[in-house]
Amino acid sequence: MALIRKLPIAPNLNFIGHRKIFLAVSGALVLASLILLAGVGLNLGIDFRGGILIEVRTNGPADLSAMRSRLGSLGLGEVTLQEFGAEDEVLINVQRQEGEEEAQSAAIAAVKEALGTDVAEYRRTEFVGPKVGGELKEAGAWATVLAILGISLYVWFRFEWQFAVAALLALVHDVAAMIGFFAFTQLEFNLATLAAVLTVAGYSINDTVVIFDRVREVLRKYKKMPLLELLNMAVNQTLTRTLLTSFTTLLALLALTLFGGEVIRGFSASLIWGILIGTYSSFGLAVPLLTFMGLRRTVDDEEPGKTRSPEKAS
Amino acid sequence: MVQFPKWQVALVLFVLLLGAVFAAPNLLSRETAENLPGWVPREQVNLGLDLQGGSYLLMEVDIDTVVRERLEGLVDGIRSALRRAKIVYSDIGLDGQAATFQVRDLQTVDQAREVIRDIAREFVMQVDDGGRFRLQYSEQSLKDLTTNVIAQSLEIVRRRIDETGTREPTIQRQGDDRILVQLPGLRDPERIKSLLGKTAKLTFRMVDESSVADGARVPAGSELLSSTELDTAGNPRRYVVKKRIMVSGDTLTDAAATFQDGQPVVSFSFDSIGAKKFGDATRANVGRPFAIVLDNKVISAPVIREAILGGSGIISGQFSVQEVQDLALLLRAGALPAPLSILEERTVGPGLGADSIAAGKIASILGFVLVIVFMAGAYGLLGLMANVALAANLIILLAALSGLQATLTLPGIAGIVLTLGMAVDANVLIFERIREEIANGRGPVTAIDTGYRRAMATIIDSNLTTLIAALLLFMFGTGPIKGFAVTLAIGLVTSMFTAIMLTRLLVVTWLRRRRPQQLAI
Repeated sequence: MALIRKLPIAPNLNFIGHRKIFLAVSGALVLASLILLAGVGLNLGIDFRGGILIEVRTNGPADLSAMRSRLGSLGLGEVTLQEFGAEDEVLINVQRQEGEEEAQSAAIAAVKEALGTDVAEYRRTEFVGPKVGGELKEAGAWATVLAILGISLYVWFRFEWQFAVAALLALVHDVAAMIGFFAFTQLEFNLATLAAVLTVAGYSINDTVVIFDRVREVLRKYKKMPLLELLNMAVNQTLTRTLLTSFTTLLALLALTLFGGEVIRGFSASLIWGILIGTYSSFGLAVPLLTFMGLRRTVDDEEPGKTRSPEKAS
Repeated sequence: MVQFPKWQVALVLFVLLLGAVFAAPNLLSRETAENLPGWVPREQVNLGLDLQGGSYLLMEVDIDTVVRERLEGLVDGIRSALRRAKIVYSDIGLDGQAATFQVRDLQTVDQAREVIRDIAREFVMQVDDGGRFRLQYSEQSLKDLTTNVIAQSLEIVRRRIDETGTREPTIQRQGDDRILVQLPGLRDPERIKSLLGKTAKLTFRMVDESSVADGARVPAGSELLSSTELDTAGNPRRYVVKKRIMVSGDTLTDAAATFQDGQPVVSFSFDSIGAKKFGDATRANVGRPFAIVLDNKVISAPVIREAILGGSGIISGQFSVQEVQDLALLLRAGALPAPLSILEERTVGPGLGADSIAAGKIASILGFVLVIVFMAGAYGLLGLMANVALAANLIILLAALSGLQATLTLPGIAGIVLTLGMAVDANVLIFERIREEIANGRGPVTAIDTGYRRAMATIIDSNLTTLIAALLLFMFGTGPIKGFAVTLAIGLVTSMFTAIMLTRLLVVTWLRRRRPQQLAI
């Protein structure tokens, strides 16, 4: 009954042998993300750029063009409307108003007045002033940088520095690929999606550490084995676990994306991409990077019990 | 790892029991839970504003305005003090955050210094060789002033919100000069916003009749103010009003909305000092108009018909019933020492909140079912044991959220769903290890023992790194994101516990009972 028996315990796939392909793919991904970021840019939500967001439910299907022309004539600058999950739900984005915070409140009042009786329910009204928007942007950037550094420090503390550098590069890759995803899809980039980026960093490093743990173990166990073969073995031995865990996480995220509601759809969709990238980067990038780091083969033996003669491999 | 001391078994059972007890109130309705006897845990999960609906308002207290007002007062004080001491001065006024003036005769510098020191003790005084004085707040007194202004503002904000009958508001200071207001379940944030947006500084002043209000020339000591009343052309009326205040609103003891001749008006009464001042002023000015000024706008400018000695009066104007009620409320609650401006607002209607909860429930249940079906299919009996642990994990997570009174937000629900997927990781790690050990030719007991032992370090390492990310999210995130970080972190800890302790207990018990010769994995 246990289907897991159909899966090999340690498949013998040559990952590290193809490391140049992996590195090229990763490099291309990062490059494409940076180009997208510079060329297209992120669709920043009001959390970061400041502005007004109003979600309304209309009486009957929304007449977007009528609403658009009515709100457009208010002189509030750029106003965008989009259907949000259902045909009677509309998301209204109003650009940040010139002037002090009072001008923003006045703009909200003007929009509400113009919509009048078309609206059955104001589901959400959010306003972020320019001051707070700037602060959130700064805090977000700090959180990302500190998370990557903090995680790398932990890896350094638990492993050798080579592992920490590889983990750091893999994390930067993941974050870049996430940002690229947002630039490509033009999904709104806001506080929640920034949380998704950091979650992916956490997930990816979790995956990487599991494989690194195995690398360290086989490094101690098989002192004579060539490095490439050894890294390959570590990746293969942990591959089933890597794929299974990603799969269950993706199952849960699928449920969240399909049924978790419109408000967090961008968040859950980006997490799906992030889990795929994070899973790939641990064996496709972090481990191959180790081959360039000049790993010391005489790893300090903290636990002498683990250095006994090689056990028979499966 | 296959030895399970009695105390560990007891610990696992105790945690499970605790989890069940603390999670249980969530099954009850809110009313039933609140009426439970005191010794049972009755806290339910604390829903964030994005789930139960409500408003989050971040406001900034405009300290600069207060400083400027105080400095203007200081300038007035200096003027009269110097005049009294017969010191000739020139060029007096404000220069940024400082009050400055020039003494004509350098011989009088020391005398001026002494005169000023008496009226400006909280200021730092600098005098240059040319006889130019410069006074500004010392760092300490500015800090004290800020603290005082914020404390007063908090009090006034609280009073105003309480007067509207909003239930369970949270009003707290944030950072140096900010006030955070959270209003759960509020349906109409606009009213609160407009109430908090007014300073409500009320003054009674004489109208300056020596000048016409055409804006051409305003005599010193008077100012041109616009009115809330409209003239026949539909433009706001304007009045030239003396700057000197007859009576100010802080001497009011009560205010109420009422009607006079069918018109909504506000009736008010003064305390004894206010009543005397008002009586004296009206007695001296019968037949002349005076202005009732609220936040630098003239509400009305009636002519004094006779001395008003009773210490009470009414304010009439072009008001709606709602406006009269709000004005009475503002006067009762008192004036804010400084204007507030809204920096950030997030309001979620109850409809969206309820929809989000429903969506979150469906997603959680579906995610749970998908994962347990997959685990049972993949690992058979062991998978079922992992599923028991997963269910226990959810219960303990819910219990921890209720017991700690952490706030559950929509991203928090996403964190729970994500935890569901990631929680099985520890078990997958262990099971894969056991599979390897069996393939290496070990018997079930040794395989399970070594499997757990070897997987342990990996589980702790990998979960700790994710915890670092969650911690940083908590430190730098706001509102809903904090909620996400909290559930993610609690979920990681509970999943480690259930995977390492509960599943192991189940596996070991099964191993003892059945004594299988072969492990079907």
